[in-house]
Amino acid sequence: MNTYAKFMREAKSMAGNEIHRAKIKKAITSYEIQVDGMKKQQFQDWNAAREVAAGIKNEVLANLPEMLQEFEEKLTSRGATVLWAENAEQARHYIEEIISRHNARKVVKSKSMTTEEIELNEYLESRGIENWESDLGELIVQLADEKPYHIVTPAMHKSKQEIARLFVEKLGIEYTENAEELTMAARAHLRRAFVTADIGITGANFIIAEEGAIVMTENEGNGRLGMACPKVHIAIAGIEKMLPRLADLSLFLPLLTTSGTGQQLTGYNSIVRGPKSAAEPDGPEEMIVILLDNGRSNIYAQDHFREVLRCIRCGACLNACPVFRSVGGHTYATTYQGPVGSIITPQLRGMAAWQHLAHACSLCGACTEVCPVGIDLHPLLLETRWQADKEHAASKKWQFAIKMWSKIIPSRKVIDTFRPLMKIFLPLAKPFLSANQKKRIPTMAKKSFAQMWENNESTR
Amino acid sequence: MSNHVNESKTISLFIPCLVDQILPEIGFAMADVLRKLHYDVTYDARQTCCGQPAFNAGHRTEAMSVAKQFLATFSNADCIVSPSGSCSAMVRNYYPVLFAGDEKMMAQVHSVQERTFEFSEFISAENKVERIVGHADVSLSIHNSCHSMRELGIDEQIADILARIEGVKLFVPQVEHTCCGFGGLFSYKMPDIASAMAKSRLEAFTGADLDVLIVNDPGCIQHLRAEAPSAGFKGEILHLVEFLQKAMD
Repeated sequence: MNTYAKFMREAKSMAGNEIHRAKIKKAITSYEIQVDGMKKQQFQDWNAAREVAAGIKNEVLANLPEMLQEFEEKLTSRGATVLWAENAEQARHYIEEIISRHNARKVVKSKSMTTEEIELNEYLESRGIENWESDLGELIVQLADEKPYHIVTPAMHKSKQEIARLFVEKLGIEYTENAEELTMAARAHLRRAFVTADIGITGANFIIAEEGAIVMTENEGNGRLGMACPKVHIAIAGIEKMLPRLADLSLFLPLLTTSGTGQQLTGYNSIVRGPKSAAEPDGPEEMIVILLDNGRSNIYAQDHFREVLRCIRCGACLNACPVFRSVGGHTYATTYQGPVGSIITPQLRGMAAWQHLAHACSLCGACTEVCPVGIDLHPLLLETRWQADKEHAASKKWQFAIKMWSKIIPSRKVIDTFRPLMKIFLPLAKPFLSANQKKRIPTMAKKSFAQMWENNESTR
Repeated sequence: MSNHVNESKTISLFIPCLVDQILPEIGFAMADVLRKLHYDVTYDARQTCCGQPAFNAGHRTEAMSVAKQFLATFSNADCIVSPSGSCSAMVRNYYPVLFAGDEKMMAQVHSVQERTFEFSEFISAENKVERIVGHADVSLSIHNSCHSMRELGIDEQIADILARIEGVKLFVPQVEHTCCGFGGLFSYKMPDIASAMAKSRLEAFTGADLDVLIVNDPGCIQHLRAEAPSAGFKGEILHLVEFLQKAMD
């Protein structure tokens, strides 16, 4: 089944799933209250903060090649290694090479969408490497043999009861619906991983050019343990994660957490500038940062789309999106879901197979309204649709329909000729349509407004 | 963006294709209400559609041919008023995208853009809200369309207008605004998602036992009317101008 057919099938099933809708509504409603409160508490002028953030990200985009070089120079000067991965395959190859060089058998991973993007879990599994997800949400989806549902909250779709049942089955605990007990069960399970893992693999929320540092923000402290305990730390980051200066974090950390989870700051924020130095008693002996392109320079090269690289992966547009709320994250079948995912996925993975995501949008603009770095998300979804049209990747059926429509609609005479036919045709089409299509086939008015106006008639 | 309005002008009705072919009563209601507010109203039947269906689906070449017809029709209009936030936003916010780089067309776009309004914003910008007098003993709520709200920045205008009608009890839902799921061709391409969205949206109103839900976009109206029975919404779904027409009688 192709990606489009699969999407439509999943969307239909999820849209009719009342249990899912109620769960997501509950999760997102509490999120919205948190976020709205935090915006007011933490920012005197949220819109001004967004503008400044967008400005800093534009500075990054205007100087990205130079900043990446600066980042590499600074970081390598302290003994770390920087590797440039053009695509997912190359990134996986680098990681495999490091693993085999260290004869590693066990990897502990922090939450990282970039590793999802390169499908690292599947890859490590196929190579017989034991791989532990250390983020609670990621652990839950890993145990359930699923993909993350949401870029920030991977297990948003799981109720406490579902998690409890999963832990009983996979971690062998007694059934409990107490959140704290469940968390402690996961913690006990994970602590062993940290001390025995050979390699820690993390993502990075930001990378800092001027400082040659990576920044990780999280709530559990597991990511920090994962990059501090094992002898080798691999961090993988998309090239767009760049910030110019360390001082920019004073804006971007609260901006990210306010938008992402409605927190002032996350519980743990780590800035890492290299492997263990001679003066330090512990820490990883080797640190490797993999800078991932994987289609990002394709976006960078297009003036129209470049601004989407400002994205800091906060997830706000997913939460705001009524389509996301209706179909859920898994329906997108991509690493990055929701509005921003529907823009970047066709660019990263191919227009023909993924352009349908850009059409899974009512253009309501809620995403654009909440984006903390001011990305014009819904206009970019429109641009994506236009690009699909230009590249002949759009739906042939709809392209044809619109072409016909555009021949009829500009002329009043032609409309008047076709009108009686439409009145006959529309009801006839109904038996061939699904219930949800059928009910919105309109009933044409007896006469058009234009015809009635001309005859001095009225609808009253 | 709020457009500047000159005094004493003739209004050219901007009748969206959906109103023209399916819901003409909305067009006549708007004409009626405008006349009651002492405006001269004209209508040019050369207009057919603003081109938004093609533009939003990504077919800009086709959208352009339709939009050119629109621009030609309204080139000499004084004031262009429509009962749709969405169609007005197409002209105001997206014609400049559609015709970007075409200087000659852009001159036309700018000229028409400045004179195009959605009904409630026009009445408010003209300071004519005070002139609305009417009566209706109903409980109602408002669904402001996304394009009216986010593209044109229309917010309090609708409630301010409704506050002029004696007897109206306005219900304000606790939940934030969300899209009703219409989205033009979206609701035809992805009907199941559109239905789920309508259901979520109407949930905000179903508990309130409303007589009327006021909507200011014909697209949302058509969609919500189709979805109301399965979503369990029992009230009438009316365009603002339809409601005003009756209440101002």
